[in-house]
Amino acid sequence: MREVPAEKITAEVARLCIEANYYLGEDVVEGFRRALEQEESPVGKAILERLIENAEIAAKGEYPYCQDTGFAVVFVELGQDVHVVGGSLTEAIHEGVRRGYAEGYLRKSIVKDPLRRVNTGDNTPAVIWTEVVPGDQIRITVAPKGGGSENMSEVRMLKPADGLEGVKRFVLDRVSRSGGDPCPPIIVGVGIGGTFEKCAWLAKKALLRDLGVRNPDPFYAQLEVELLQEVNKLGIGPQGLGGRVTALDVHVEAYPCHIASLPVAVNIQCHAARHKSAVI
Amino acid sequence: MASEFKHISTPLTDEVVEGLSAGDNVLLSGVIYTARDAAHKRLVELLDKGEELPFDLRGQVIYYVGPTPARPGKVIGAAGPTTSGRMNPYAPRLLAAGQKGIIGKGEMDRAVQEALERYKAVYFAAIGGAGALIAQCVVSSELVAYEDLGPEAIRRLVVRDLPLTVAQDCHGGNLYQEGRRRYQLA
Repeated sequence: MREVPAEKITAEVARLCIEANYYLGEDVVEGFRRALEQEESPVGKAILERLIENAEIAAKGEYPYCQDTGFAVVFVELGQDVHVVGGSLTEAIHEGVRRGYAEGYLRKSIVKDPLRRVNTGDNTPAVIWTEVVPGDQIRITVAPKGGGSENMSEVRMLKPADGLEGVKRFVLDRVSRSGGDPCPPIIVGVGIGGTFEKCAWLAKKALLRDLGVRNPDPFYAQLEVELLQEVNKLGIGPQGLGGRVTALDVHVEAYPCHIASLPVAVNIQCHAARHKSAVI
Repeated sequence: MASEFKHISTPLTDEVVEGLSAGDNVLLSGVIYTARDAAHKRLVELLDKGEELPFDLRGQVIYYVGPTPARPGKVIGAAGPTTSGRMNPYAPRLLAAGQKGIIGKGEMDRAVQEALERYKAVYFAAIGGAGALIAQCVVSSELVAYEDLGPEAIRRLVVRDLPLTVAQDCHGGNLYQEGRRRYQLA
């Protein structure tokens, strides 16, 4: 059994919170450059140019990329041969978020109670998803999720008879109704199958994949390409002000489901598609 | 690019507002006020009670933003717009009280559009997410009210050449709808 000190986890989570918010992935910046080649709207082009400029300014480390530095969503792949010592894994992660958001001058956007709405002041708690996997390592991914795009997300329980066409209709309907609110160009995470909550989790996990990386199953890879083309026919464009590029990519994840069910979730990600990982 | 921008400054007059059409790019300079969900709730409660607002709203522009904390030596942190649609229930009331401009992102509803037309006001879209870039246009920032709201407090900002696009104007123009129609293929 390999031992990992809780403090090590805290330090890594703090670092990942800061790095995710300051350094947009190269895949996303490259996505902007490709979008700039496809975009025909002058307003849309000007916006894409400014997003590249914004990423450059943020990467100097004085300002986060976006003022919504997000809910700290933390994905943990915990090796079953790891023993966390000197504290709990969960508290170590919360402490990492607390430290990262303070040291990085990141915005504290979490209220303690959804209806009584008093800010917790330190951006905790995080939302933590832990999967136990083989091995003796811990892989941690911090994905700060902004509220504007999260608000445009939805779960729908389709009927098996709705099939592939029903899934496509739902995804396009959800993106269409979102318009400019989720800060397009967006990345669309789609979770199909599992249960009510599993498909939502899959949709979020789909957003962790780098742009352009397709689902390993050719059937779903093809669906991703088709959905991307259809979404980009909607005309929503950068910031919703009209244009060819509404989404930079669509990622689909699937899971077995009940004979009675066809759950589908759409998790919309703004262009601030931030996620940073570390392996301990 | 620069030649395509109209330079305007606050406070906004009827003449300036009437001269703006959806799709125009502007560079805005002068004083603007920040407020988002919680601050709007309080402002409208004050209006309901017939009490004075914490600042003179007439001719002013409200920016829907909750910035990140400023680093030492910096005026402000990242300061991009938040989703304007959440302020739909409040905006017409404030426009009736003299507010002339809104800065945010995403379409505002029919009631806001009617208020823009009735009270001669304008809705500007800033680039959602471009928090680092926009921060560089902020010259000064001071707290005006509601410090307890943290990132949602009302601040008075002085901005220089803040890049904005007129999204909804006082003549019924709406770039969210017009732009989308222009590029829609399906």
